[in-house]
Amino acid sequence: MKSSQLESVWGYIFIFPWILGLLFFTAGPIIASMLLSFCEWDLITPIKWVGFQNYIKMFTQDPRFWKSLYNTFFYTAMSVPLQLVAGLTIAVLMNQQVRFIKVFRTLFYLPSVTAGVASSIIWMWLFNPDVGLINYFLSMFGIHGPLWLASEFWAKPVYVIMSLWGVGGGMLIYLAGLQSIPAALYEAASIDGANSFQKFIHVTLPMLSPIIFFNLVILVIQSFQIFTQAYVMSGGSGAPADSTLFYVVYLYQMGFRFHQMGYASALAWILFLIILGATLLLFRFSGWVHYEGNTKGK
Amino acid sequence: MVDFNLNQAALTRKKIKGIIILGVICLFGFVMLIPFLWMISTSLKISTEVFATPPQWIPWPPQWINYLSAWAPKGLPETFNTYLKNTLIITFFNTLGAIVSSSFVAFGFARLRFKGRDFLFILLLGTMMIPVQVTMIPQFILFRSLGWIDTFLPLIVPNFFAISAFNVFLLRQFFMTLPPELDEAALIDGCSYFDIYWRIIMPLSWPVVATIAVFSFVYNWNDFLNPLIYLNSSQNFTLALGLQTFTTVYGSSYHLMMAASMLMLLPIIVVFFIGQKYFIEGIATTGLKG
Repeated sequence: MKSSQLESVWGYIFIFPWILGLLFFTAGPIIASMLLSFCEWDLITPIKWVGFQNYIKMFTQDPRFWKSLYNTFFYTAMSVPLQLVAGLTIAVLMNQQVRFIKVFRTLFYLPSVTAGVASSIIWMWLFNPDVGLINYFLSMFGIHGPLWLASEFWAKPVYVIMSLWGVGGGMLIYLAGLQSIPAALYEAASIDGANSFQKFIHVTLPMLSPIIFFNLVILVIQSFQIFTQAYVMSGGSGAPADSTLFYVVYLYQMGFRFHQMGYASALAWILFLIILGATLLLFRFSGWVHYEGNTKGK
Repeated sequence: MVDFNLNQAALTRKKIKGIIILGVICLFGFVMLIPFLWMISTSLKISTEVFATPPQWIPWPPQWINYLSAWAPKGLPETFNTYLKNTLIITFFNTLGAIVSSSFVAFGFARLRFKGRDFLFILLLGTMMIPVQVTMIPQFILFRSLGWIDTFLPLIVPNFFAISAFNVFLLRQFFMTLPPELDEAALIDGCSYFDIYWRIIMPLSWPVVATIAVFSFVYNWNDFLNPLIYLNSSQNFTLALGLQTFTTVYGSSYHLMMAASMLMLLPIIVVFFIGQKYFIEGIATTGLKG
């Protein structure tokens, strides 16, 4: 065997585990899910082809679908801009030359590592309406705090506030970007008489815009998939009055509680289309992103 | 003389600015820490102290017994021994599987030439676009037909097939930076491609392998959705599921809930402090989150 042939054979051997994984756990399930979304199946009675029925039902006769969509859009629209700004603010602070800065970086990153059931429980306790720390803090200013998770109006903002606790991951990405901005640009701006604020607007923001864009896309995708917090804090129900019934919580209920495998698959495909659409839309309106080394602007 | 005064003034201004920045950082840092501090404080209280107004920050005397009560809760069929054991088994095998299979596949993509390689690699990156919710239901049906429901197999087995495109991508990027002369020299010395992978490339790649190990550990430790789908009986529950069950029974005993949460978070915090270099490097070099 020629050595290039041998190399080819070994190449296929090395990627073989992934090929198997792709067939059984990714590509196969994608096709199966596509087909299932046109079927009705409760895992017990025989599977039945229903055409576009699941999709038609979803859009025309399912108020909980619309409710979960609204809740998820609301959460995304509130939490993504706040997370973007908070992450950037903290990253700028972490980029300063002050003492113990490494300790602080670790501290700000820590909550994004502990995200999950335990963190959700901590926040349930903080937002307890009667004896929680947050309402106690508000009462010090004479504000009578809301019922938070028990209130239809205030339950979603709880998740928005919680999301701000986890900005550490985004912060680290910003920080890497900040540290790669050449110092010469700031020096040039100083010579031109720019103050700190002007430098931030005219140097930092444009240079960082690809990273801001990256974080924006990732955050939008993640926000649409919010699940664990919402499941733990509402016991999987989306209570009160479905106000925290986020899209994936609803999908989980349909698939694994009511065993409507076809309908849940259809929900999953709509989620994929929404995420894809949102991503394409963000790219379409990414004219504000400044790419270094691209003299033609966009 | 004038110059000296100007410098002095600039220096003082810089110092004041530094103090203000440090103050702001400390304030933000404290706010970030409050949930952790409040968890620890609550976990050491007796039930009447928990509901005291104004809130008490320092519980005295500290009720360490709460941790024992949370570890073996009355009225629940399992203790945290079971949950911890299950979580350790799943996390260990998933981390091992992720490292072995992703590095194996990444080596093929990074250092060998074969037909269709670039196309397949783009396909691999493309799979990152598909949300897990799309594949979740057919996977469930597949594992159900294999009789794997309520076992660890659906949680573990996919990890041995390089299921995480992110891991393969990260390793491939790193392998690409190693000089190709290494492979050429090894081939001349009579090494097989497997030897090159296992004895030359892998030993040089331990920083990125460590990055994947810490990400995988944290992901599997915290994972809730997959165990929720596949594990039914309480003796198979992971910590995340066990803790969630705990809250449904002990929902008003906040001191015990906080002790149980602390027990779940402590290993993560320890691993985080040991491996923080790898987290931060992993994110900084790829610009991606785990």
